[in-house]
Amino acid sequence: MSDPVSALAGKVSEGPVRIEDLAPRAMITVRGKLSDTAITEALASVSGLAMPGQRGIAAEGEKRLAWMGPDEALLILPRAGLDAALSGLTEKLGSAHALVADMSDARALFRLTGEDAALRDTIAKVAPVDMMRFPTGEIRRTRLAQIAGAFWMPQEGTVELVCFRSVAQYAFDLLSQAAVGPRVF
Amino acid sequence: MLILTCPCCGVTAEETEFHGGGEAHLTREGPGSDDAALEGYLFHRENPRGVHFERWRHVYGCGKWFHAARDTATLEWFGFYPAQTSEPPEALLEQIRQKRPGWRWRDFA
Ligand SMILES: [Zn+2]
Repeated sequence: MSDPVSALAGKVSEGPVRIEDLAPRAMITVRGKLSDTAITEALASVSGLAMPGQRGIAAEGEKRLAWMGPDEALLILPRAGLDAALSGLTEKLGSAHALVADMSDARALFRLTGEDAALRDTIAKVAPVDMMRFPTGEIRRTRLAQIAGAFWMPQEGTVELVCFRSVAQYAFDLLSQAAVGPRVF
Repeated sequence: MLILTCPCCGVTAEETEFHGGGEAHLTREGPGSDDAALEGYLFHRENPRGVHFERWRHVYGCGKWFHAARDTATLEWFGFYPAQTSEPPEALLEQIRQKRPGWRWRDFA
């Protein structure tokens, strides 16, 4: 089995906002009504995180559990935990009406770090989101210039962002350029 | 610039995060329908100046389809409601009656 590599092999852009292509993690999409406690309990039990409410994301270490829609959740884990999480979820879900899909290789994951205002400014330039009011603990699926993406702030001073792997270079270049130049905030 | 609120994920965002899906509450005519009904389903659309009902999709967000009611002249939104219905909710219709007395759209008034 070949070793997984991230889309841009750990590329980094230094500047007022540091942009880093993160090493591969396990990303699992679970589709199924999140009003069904059998599904949310399976997610909580496998991840060790409480299932967040509408547009929420729970974070602990490298683990993330996100509300992506009324019938979609995203679980991010260290890559080594992929197989155990997939089988654990399938087992815990039992006969619940749900689908578990390994999306680990489908997306690129970036971490942006820097001064809070500079970070918010960078995102505000590329997404139609009111970054003045964007709170930690919320995930926003949106448009990043011409591509779809999602981001959240695990804590002040850090933004994590995902997009499809096929557009990773576009996202990296877009963010790197947005990070320099005139400031709005 | 239109600003919509998605009833499925609660996000309020401008229209480039969404995609318009045309007129709402069409009846799909297919095999067994007569020619006039099929023609109407394929080609005939409302084009009102005023109250209008549309389908929209939160294409860059949660991905869900939903319904919306707005005024095509003022661009005021009256409300957003789930896709899983064949008619606007009564509370929304009542709100439009208050704001636009005498309005009519197809069989709704
Ligand atoms: Zn939505």
